[in-house]
Amino acid sequence: MAFLGAPRFIRAPRYRLVLAGAFACLLLVAGCSSGTPFKFNTDAFGEAIFQPDQFIINGLLLTVVISVVSQIIGIVLGILGALGRLSRRRPLRWLSALYLWIFRGTPLIVQLVFFYFGLGAAHLFGWPDLVFLGFTITGAIQAGIFALGINEGAYMTEIIRAGILSIDPGQMEAAKSLGMTYAQSMRRIVLPQAARIIVPPLGNEFNNMLKTTALLFVLGIQELYNTFVIKAGDNFQPFEMYLACALWFLLLTTIWGVIQGWMERRLARGTPGSQAGGGRLLDRLFSFRGSAADPATAGTH
Amino acid sequence: MVQIGDHLLDVVGAPDAANDVVVTAKDVRKSFGRLEVLKGVSLEVKRREVVLIIGPSGSGKTTFLRCVNHLEKINGGTIEVNGHLMGYRRDNGRLVEEKEKEIARQRRDIGFVFQRFNLFPHKTALENVMEAPVQVRGQDSGEAREVARNLLDRVGLAHKVDTYPAQLSGGQQQRVAIARALAMRPALMLFDEPTSALDPEMIGEVLKVMEELAHEGMTMLVVSHEMGFAREAADRVVMMDDGQIIEEGTPEHFFSAPVHERTKAFLSKIL
Repeated sequence: MAFLGAPRFIRAPRYRLVLAGAFACLLLVAGCSSGTPFKFNTDAFGEAIFQPDQFIINGLLLTVVISVVSQIIGIVLGILGALGRLSRRRPLRWLSALYLWIFRGTPLIVQLVFFYFGLGAAHLFGWPDLVFLGFTITGAIQAGIFALGINEGAYMTEIIRAGILSIDPGQMEAAKSLGMTYAQSMRRIVLPQAARIIVPPLGNEFNNMLKTTALLFVLGIQELYNTFVIKAGDNFQPFEMYLACALWFLLLTTIWGVIQGWMERRLARGTPGSQAGGGRLLDRLFSFRGSAADPATAGTH
Repeated sequence: MVQIGDHLLDVVGAPDAANDVVVTAKDVRKSFGRLEVLKGVSLEVKRREVVLIIGPSGSGKTTFLRCVNHLEKINGGTIEVNGHLMGYRRDNGRLVEEKEKEIARQRRDIGFVFQRFNLFPHKTALENVMEAPVQVRGQDSGEAREVARNLLDRVGLAHKVDTYPAQLSGGQQQRVAIARALAMRPALMLFDEPTSALDPEMIGEVLKVMEELAHEGMTMLVVSHEMGFAREAADRVVMMDDGQIIEEGTPEHFFSAPVHERTKAFLSKIL
């Protein structure tokens, strides 16, 4: 089949210029410090990047696992929340609205400490450790995933609701006219189409999630950020350690950016100008992502 | 051009003649807020009959059609399809809306063709036609695929089975939409201005399929201004104005001797 090509007006980013500028700034900051001249410890930095020890690997894995699990919980809660907000039943709409109001209206860090320390101190829930497939999941990690997932669910609710609302009501009517129930129409017809619209903002959310896990250090979880906090405290090289930490996070979000582009292209099947999210790798990495064509305009020939 | 529309019902089988009257609408009333769009519409459609509803925009013809398969609720009167109240049940003499599942079950036997096609854009032509037989009727997917292929072949789209709707012309999309509705073996087909969104040169291919369907004995209720279709295929024409049926008769009656002033004025504009 012939995809209808659409002109792309996206200019290649001047990433070399940007990188050079950023590096110059770093050198400037490094050179301006008072007292003894600062000497960049290449060994410590190189080791943290190219020969990461078990602490770093563990922190990295923990960050990824917590992000993925929390995001999945967020998506499930988001679908339920969105269906609740769009429900014909008033109590469901209210319940969903209450959920959004609370979890979007309070700081995530407060939710984290409340669920872990707060509930524990009040003897409401002590978060006992769980053993799962031979791994011990500490109470802190459970509470962290719980809070991140619920918080994320509130934001996903709005994203999924907007996605569902953007689908032509004629789709639901066509499905119903063929004898499908509301649930069938949603599952088979509306949600798969909404998914295409949801993926770009979902990608943003997960990108955010990867970085937000750094907050879990308040619960004492040794994820990626906390690992480097500890390392910097041990070797008194905060510049090298936090720079390495930033690079590790950048690696994670970069890999995610590539995966996201791939997902968007897969979901664009059947839409005109369906190179959405495609384009050159560098364009995608530096998030100069643009939908090349308006997916709403139906192509004819 | 490919011969289209031949023996559409051979593929799915002609509807059983269990009931002589397919649609009985009595004094149907419908309001959107304060605006009363249907002010007591009564209409009967017999089995194998093809009824065309005409009328100026805003006369309520599309709303009436949507009420027949309960895409719209009604505020008064009754609509029976195949002898069963559509979308409602009697409870101590009062009408109560049916459960969603029951309404869905009733809609299986009623095909609906939309003005804007409403094909599922994330599915190919073949998948569009197969979807409901498999998901709703629980048909074996191999069998459903075979029927869908045949239906698309009969509407002249054998070469487009694996094409997504966005790559089809309007006329092709509408023919897929008709095949999709037929795949459910409906006892009644409703058409809501099926050619209004089409370029003039594509209207013919869709009307041809509809005319074949009519000649093969499908019961059809069609909202359209295509008086050519009336001449070729309709048994009866109904003129609606301001939420009411103001004139009813054979196509010849409308061509030669319309009585009502509004009808005359309307026909003079579209003929």
